[in-house]
Formats: sequence, structure tokens, C-alpha cells
Amino acid sequence: MSPPRLEILQDLPTRVTLKLSGDWCIGMGIPGVDMVENWLNTAPRCREIEFDCHELSRWDSLLLTFLTRLIRLCGERGIGLKDQSLPSGVRGLLALASAVPERQDALREVQPAGWLVALGQQTLRFSRDFINLAEFTGETCLAFGRLLLGRARMRARDLFALIQECGPNALPIISLIALLVGMILAFVGAVQLKLFGAQIFIADLVGLGMAREMGAMMTAILMAGRTGAAYAAELGSMTVNDEIDALKTSGFSPMEFLVLPRILALFLTIPFLCLYADVVGIFGGALVASGLFDISFSEYQVQIQNRLRMVDFEVGVFKSAVFGILVAVAGCMRGLQCQRNATAVGLATTSAVVTGIVFIVISDAVMTLIVTALNVFKR
Amino acid sequence: MAYDHFVIQQDVNFAVRRGEIFIIMGGSGCGKSTLLRHLIGLKAPEQGRVFFDGKDLWAAPPRERDALLLKMGILYQSGALWSSMTLAENIALPLTAHTRLQRAEISELVALKLSLVGLAGFGDYYPAEISGGMQKRAALARALALEPEILFFDEPSAGLDPISARRLDELILHLSESLGCTAIIVTHDLASILEIGGNSIFLDAESKTIIARGPPRWLRDHADHPTVRDFLQRGQPINAAQEDHQGSPATPPSIPFTKP
Repeated sequence: MSPPRLEILQDLPTRVTLKLSGDWCIGMGIPGVDMVENWLNTAPRCREIEFDCHELSRWDSLLLTFLTRLIRLCGERGIGLKDQSLPSGVRGLLALASAVPERQDALREVQPAGWLVALGQQTLRFSRDFINLAEFTGETCLAFGRLLLGRARMRARDLFALIQECGPNALPIISLIALLVGMILAFVGAVQLKLFGAQIFIADLVGLGMAREMGAMMTAILMAGRTGAAYAAELGSMTVNDEIDALKTSGFSPMEFLVLPRILALFLTIPFLCLYADVVGIFGGALVASGLFDISFSEYQVQIQNRLRMVDFEVGVFKSAVFGILVAVAGCMRGLQCQRNATAVGLATTSAVVTGIVFIVISDAVMTLIVTALNVFKR
Repeated sequence: MAYDHFVIQQDVNFAVRRGEIFIIMGGSGCGKSTLLRHLIGLKAPEQGRVFFDGKDLWAAPPRERDALLLKMGILYQSGALWSSMTLAENIALPLTAHTRLQRAEISELVALKLSLVGLAGFGDYYPAEISGGMQKRAALARALALEPEILFFDEPSAGLDPISARRLDELILHLSESLGCTAIIVTHDLASILEIGGNSIFLDAESKTIIARGPPRWLRDHADHPTVRDFLQRGQPINAAQEDHQGSPATPPSIPFTKP
């Protein structure tokens, strides 16, 4: 490839010929329009520019950008451009490019926002978020009302598929995490208790911890990451594909058809998952106690039976049911609020997990306060 | 061409000359889009070869194949603009990745490509903010980004109103004439086929091979195969024959009106 060259030849005081030669292609350093501009400054009488392209071998869009800049320059200075000697393809493309003038009303000015503006926008966003949550909660309650009256439109088949997905299919990961949490609780506690020769209380620690708090909490956090995120991604991509709109126009309420079965599925399965996690966690504690701290399985079992009462499990299971509803609400809400592009689906998913976990922690704090105030665990 | 031993098309032999507008047509489900995927390097054919400038696309080592693919510009059926980027970013991305141009040069090229497709000034818009026809044109601008030697179009007029579809056809025609690049268009849009097609092949789902080849207008009048003739003459109104005898009615037929 030969480098692109531009020669400026003055034939008459009022006319200039630009001789283009070589390859005017992307990747070659192209002469700038400023060269012509400087030259025109020294020849103020020039009124016309012609081209000589006999030695121009190859060209692409880079020649076109040079020419569009030149056209703009000549327009500003009232100089005529004779393009007859340009290659016909170039003339065609230039005509095409100027066929639709730039829409001035389409242009956007992006102004960098100051910190005060950003703070204001964040505050507004937060309050809008709060209103959206209230609206969504209200709509969910209405949908539940219609379900109780037997007027909600949802498919039982969907509900069973969702229960299968967030119940039995979640067992492997729940088993692993609950077992490890039980073992960690036992180990951390036992190291301290051993100082007083009170290793047997590992059973109390693990049993009460799992049943009242950790079983429900860990299950809910897992479900937020697993099921809540899936709900948001699924509803989000349905929004992107107009499927939600199609449901609405076909006379189905997305709240009844999509949100209700999801909330119900989590609400119905998570108490069982929580109970299962409690049992597996306590078993994990037993493994550590018998393996590392000389407590036999039967001693551990007797201690658990003496210490744990039904109410400990009931509180945990109740909490988990509340967490289940909140996780499902967070997932569905973020999914339905999703914008119409691929990035938004990712953001909706992230936001569903974060919102779900925030809901879990806040509601747990509130429920723990209430349970303490009501003296539920009093013997 | 096959999916899991299910043969879609066989003995598909054809050549496309440089600079021509080549149409791959056929009814729904005949394998047009699959053939396109073989041609643009997305799916290897079960058997057979695809030659581009004398080089076998599927036998070439990966690096060489990538270089060949860069010479192709592709307009997907849905536009396939990256939704998280503005139109300008969509067009600039291939340029930043595959050329050593400065940022200012790239933004000038982006403005040029947008003005070529009639979207000057829309660079800061996201795909979701513009209409379907504009998305198609923006996608065409992206396909043109790397100065392709060959342009592929998958159902370019799908989902467009007749006026936008016609404008897009004219744009394709102008661009391929001015740029001198080859265009391969997969479509079953009759108006486009007859309007801009220079040469064509017709794929048939039943016999699983090419049943006609040649310029579409010629095929419309002279094709031997009844399917091809039916397909290409479908543009005539159904009642054309009757109306020719009776003359077109001067007033539109009245529609019975009933009170609700």
C-alpha cells in the first residue's frame, strides 16, 4: 500500500485543485484538512476547489471523513466544491450521507451533575423505591385476597413446578451449608467451653442456635441467592421480551399469574427446608462434638432432648416463612421493575439478592425483638 | 446442512460474484438462516466447504478464519445491537478493537456511518429508545464499521412497515453500488427480492436442495418449477385475474354497518 498524499495546486487565483494519490484507507496516516485550511488562509481569493483523483488507487471511509470535513470548511467560507472528478462511489456515499440532515432536536447535551444534584437524585430514587415497594406489597395483598376468594388466575402446574424447583432441588446446597454451619458453631463454641470443662453444652449452643436463628437465616439467605435471583432474572427477561405485556393484553394479571405462584412456592417450601437445615446443622454439631471433643452421640442426643423444646423450632420455622415471602417479593418486584435491556436484567438480579438479604436482616431483628418482648422462650 | 443427522439441505452448490446482490430465498423452515450461519462462520456445515476469496472458511486455522470474518459485515434479523451501549458505542466498538485509530478519528467515522444510514445526531441514543426501523439502520451502520467486502443480511425487512422496508432496500442498493461490496440477503420478502436482487438461489424444504437459480425477475417469468413460480408470483393480488376481466371497481366495496 502506498501512503496517501495530498497536493495543492493553484491553477487560477480563484481556483485550486486538490490532487489525491495513493491509498486513502483506514490504518494509513491521512493528511488533515488543516493543511488545506492553512493554504486557503494564504489565498483569500480562492472561490472554487476541484479534485484530481487519477492517481488515487484505493479509498474507504477515511477519505469520506476527510471530504465531509472539507465540505464543512468550504461551506463556512463560501467556497464551491466541484466533485465531478471524485470516484462515483465516493460521490454516491457523500450524497447518501447528506440526504438526511442531522436532526438538531435529536442531539443530547450531557451535563456533568454536581454532588448536590447526585445526592438529591439518590434521595428521590430512595423515596421512589419505597413507594414502589408499598405499591407492590399492596398489589400482592390484593392478589392474595383474590386467591382466597378463588378468583385468582394462576396455573396449578406452574405452582407445582416452582415448588419442585425451590424445594427438593435446593436440598443438596442446603445440606452442605447447614452441615458446615452446624460444625462451625460447634467448633467455635467448644473451644471456649472446653476452658471450663463444659463441652457438653456444645449441644445447647448448636441446638438452640440452629433451631431459633441460624437454620432459618441461612436457608433464607441461600434462597435469596438461589431462588430470588432466578425469579428476578426470569421476570426481567420476560419484561425485555414483551412477555409481561402479552400477559396483560391477554387479560392475565402478572401479579396473579407470575408473582402469586412464586411467593406461594417459597412460602410453602421454605419452612420444610428450614426444619431440614435445623436437623442437618445439629447433626453437624454432633460430628464435631464426638470427633474432637469426646462427647458421645448418645450424650449429645440426651442433652439436645433435654434442652430443646418445640417452641424453639416453631419460632425458627415461623421466621423462615416470613423470610420466604420477603425473598420472593424482592425477586418478583425487581424482575417486574426491570428495564428493557440486557444489562438491566443483570442489575435486577443483583438488586433482588441485595434487597432480599436486607429484608431478611431487618425482619429478623424486628421478629427477635417481638419474641423477646413476648417472653416466648420462658421456661 | 443438518442438525443431529436431520438433513435440512444437501448438494447446495453456488457461487457469488464480487459486487452483486445475491438473494437466498425459500419458504419458511427451508434452511435459509442455517445456510447463512454456515456462511458467516457461526456453525460448521456437516459436510462441504465455504470458500471466501479462494480460502476455505472452515478449514482455515482459527486466527485466519477470524481475519476472514472481519471482512464480513452482518445485519442480524433483530438488529442485535448491544442494548447496554449507545448507537455510537455500538459502531465504535469494532473500530476500537480492530483498528489503531485515534478516538477523534473513530468518532468522525461513527458520525459518518450514522449519516450514511440517515441517523445523523442519534449517536447518544440507546437501542431501546429508537424505533425498529432505526434499529435496523443503526445495525447496518455497525455492519459497515470495518469496511466489509461482503455484507450479509438476515431478513432485513422483517418487522418493518412497507415504506421503511423499501427505504432499507434502497439503502442496501445504494451502499453496495457506492462501496462496491457484495451483498448476500436471506429473505422471503417478495418486494425486496424482485426490487434489488441481482442473482439468487431458491431453497426448497421438500426436495432439500436448490430448485432454481438465476436473477429473480427472470425466475418469476421463466422458472420451470411450479413452487418457485408460485412463490415469486405471490405478489399479484389474489383476485387479479377476475378484476382484469371485470375491470377494477371504481368505488371500494361497501362494508355492512350494523348498529351495536
